[in-house]
Amino acid sequence: MVSVKGLLAVSALFAATAVAAEPATLTLASWGGAYGKSQQEAFINEHMARTGDKVLVEDYSGGLAQVRSQVKTGKVTWDVVDLELQDAIRACDEGLLEPFDPAWLAPAPDGTPAVQDYEKGALTKCAVGSLSIGYIIAYNDSKFAGDKPSSVADFFDLKKFPGKRGMKKSPRATLEWALMADGVAPADVYEVLSTPAGIDRALRKLDQIKDSIVWWEAGAQPPQLLASGEVAMSTAYNGRIYDAVTVDKQPFKLIWDGQIQFPEMFGIVAGTRNLEAAKRLVVAGTMPKVLAAQTKYVSYGPLRKSALQFVDPEVRPYLPTTPENTRSAVRLDAEWWADHLDELNQKFAVWLAK
Amino acid sequence: MDSSIAVNPLGISLVKRLRKSEYRNRLKALGLVAPLLAFIFVTFLFPIVQLLFTSVDNTVVPRTIPVTVGLLSQWDPHSQRLPDAEVYKAFATELASGTNLEISKMAAHLNYFESGARSLVVRTARAVDKSVYQESAEAVRDRLIDIDGKWGEPQPWALIRNYSGEHTAGFYLTSLDLRYAADGSIEAQTPEASLYRNVFGRTFMISALVTALCLLLGYPVAYLLASIPARIGNLLMILVLLPFWTAILVRTTAWVVLLQSEGVINDALLALGIFDEPHQLIFNRFGVIVAMTHILLPYAILSLYSVMKGVSPVYVRAARSLGAGPVKSFFAVYLPQTMPGVSAAGMLVFILALGYYITPAMVGGGEDQMVSYFVAEHVNTTLNWGLASALGMLLLVSVVVLYGIYTRLVGGNGLKLG
Repeated sequence: MVSVKGLLAVSALFAATAVAAEPATLTLASWGGAYGKSQQEAFINEHMARTGDKVLVEDYSGGLAQVRSQVKTGKVTWDVVDLELQDAIRACDEGLLEPFDPAWLAPAPDGTPAVQDYEKGALTKCAVGSLSIGYIIAYNDSKFAGDKPSSVADFFDLKKFPGKRGMKKSPRATLEWALMADGVAPADVYEVLSTPAGIDRALRKLDQIKDSIVWWEAGAQPPQLLASGEVAMSTAYNGRIYDAVTVDKQPFKLIWDGQIQFPEMFGIVAGTRNLEAAKRLVVAGTMPKVLAAQTKYVSYGPLRKSALQFVDPEVRPYLPTTPENTRSAVRLDAEWWADHLDELNQKFAVWLAK
Repeated sequence: MDSSIAVNPLGISLVKRLRKSEYRNRLKALGLVAPLLAFIFVTFLFPIVQLLFTSVDNTVVPRTIPVTVGLLSQWDPHSQRLPDAEVYKAFATELASGTNLEISKMAAHLNYFESGARSLVVRTARAVDKSVYQESAEAVRDRLIDIDGKWGEPQPWALIRNYSGEHTAGFYLTSLDLRYAADGSIEAQTPEASLYRNVFGRTFMISALVTALCLLLGYPVAYLLASIPARIGNLLMILVLLPFWTAILVRTTAWVVLLQSEGVINDALLALGIFDEPHQLIFNRFGVIVAMTHILLPYAILSLYSVMKGVSPVYVRAARSLGAGPVKSFFAVYLPQTMPGVSAAGMLVFILALGYYITPAMVGGGEDQMVSYFVAEHVNTTLNWGLASALGMLLLVSVVVLYGIYTRLVGGNGLKLG
């Protein structure tokens, strides 16, 4: 399915860089589903054929518990792990990931080094960004006959748009949205949240809709909640809604206003016995054309600017990183959350139980 | 008899031989259970001991900044004064000489107890370099305060001082909504951050309610199963066992389908005219109680059934023939005989319910999550394994204490499962 031309270009580039490497068997821990399929089709199959490396893919559901256990006990069975940015930062703090030098990455087709080609914040000391997930608000079109909701403020407006709301049971992104609905500009969200008064303000805003919120846990739930009519609007990952619209023909609509971008990262597990092969895999999985090819299977946005030119124009409007969709977007401040998650999880749980 | 054998020379050797062979048999028996004992040790006792250590572990702080910790112990936080400049110098030196990894680990650890400590320490460590070795203590102090004004306040120093030992009670304090005050004494957590007492309270409430419902619903079913002919009884037993064998996730998801606002139950009640509008039956306490009762019911039925099977019907018949009414003969004769089953079923269901995680997570709302939800969250998401271990230990201890009280009340061998 991947364009032949793209593959040829990738192979040609690699013929020069990866020479005489020992083939290895390595394990990539990733998320499965459409996302896993996009990785398999966009680069893993091709990578195995070209390098002779055998890449086993293991599905996991996020979190760092397994990585930490493996590193702590010295039994590292995962070599590369696909993880969320805030987990990548925590894992790096804990020494669970090998350091990664962005200079190892392939440059953009026009020769721009990867460091400049990447979106801001998508490269860390130990992890490399691949795609950005758009955390967005979606609604069931059949629930709103007249006016359609179009902003974060509408999500919090129960009078104008009655119906239950779905939200993830986590302070992360929830507090950001509450502030945006309360009139805080996307650029100022974290500044306001850094004060106790800002957190109170966000929770007060959430109080207005608290009784109408159905809390979800896993990314697969929002499309189900919307389809079953349990909620009229829900926060969701854009790829899940895109799938429900294109595959299951559900009447769902996305609101890009106030989308919060969650980058997905590759990290190499500390202490892997296949360090070189793991690096090869990460480099292969972050080529601009590979990231563009993944958008055929999932509607997540490539974190490299040069990848957008290879994306099918029909898919572009559904990607969280296209300029039209990022006008009022907030980039999840994972550093900020690494500092405040413990405290806010606790405050949030107390608020939930009130 | 003993003495008669003892005087007989042949008997002595017989006793010896008997002992010898018994000893050998005992060794053999021990050899047979040895794998089981080893298994229990490795999979059960060892992890619990490990849990205990994790829940008080604070080694990362004294190992990363030993000199600072030593100097800080002489600082009196009551004095309202900042620590001596020497402390600043030692701290900056240790930050500059430590590896990034050690420092970020310590920073993440301190952040568990005070938000913002992580970035404060990491940012400071990034800003100081080996040039601090030569500078005067006062100059280093000014430099640290320059990097972040927080170092000019007593709080971060009090935090490090409170968490300077190899071990800490901090995770247990957090689990009980307590914390260290700046002067090292223990104080109550602020109301906005007081969570876990409430969580423990609701965990016990939900478990108790589910246990009561399981006993009320399970008792008649177990009685029916135990008293009807085996041919029909076995058939009915399959109806109990089938859901028992079904995966818990499947059964919980089934309840989601049944209870949701456009689900089967709401639709049926609307069609019958009992409801005017769909009721919220799920994502609240009601849904949790219903689903957990359904999932734990087979445990109650099976342990009640095993006891009732052994109760001879002749006593009730005797009571009836002596003139007791059906109610009297049930409460005075039958119920007391099945009490071991009731208490065993209650204890089993209650202990299983205490650890429930997936069901409340799927059918509960924000205020229905039990202790294990927070344990899972701290293991997976926040990586605060110390707090997860402390919460787990408290849950374990409360179960052991409850079991102790239970055996005291019911008598030594009350809990028999079959």
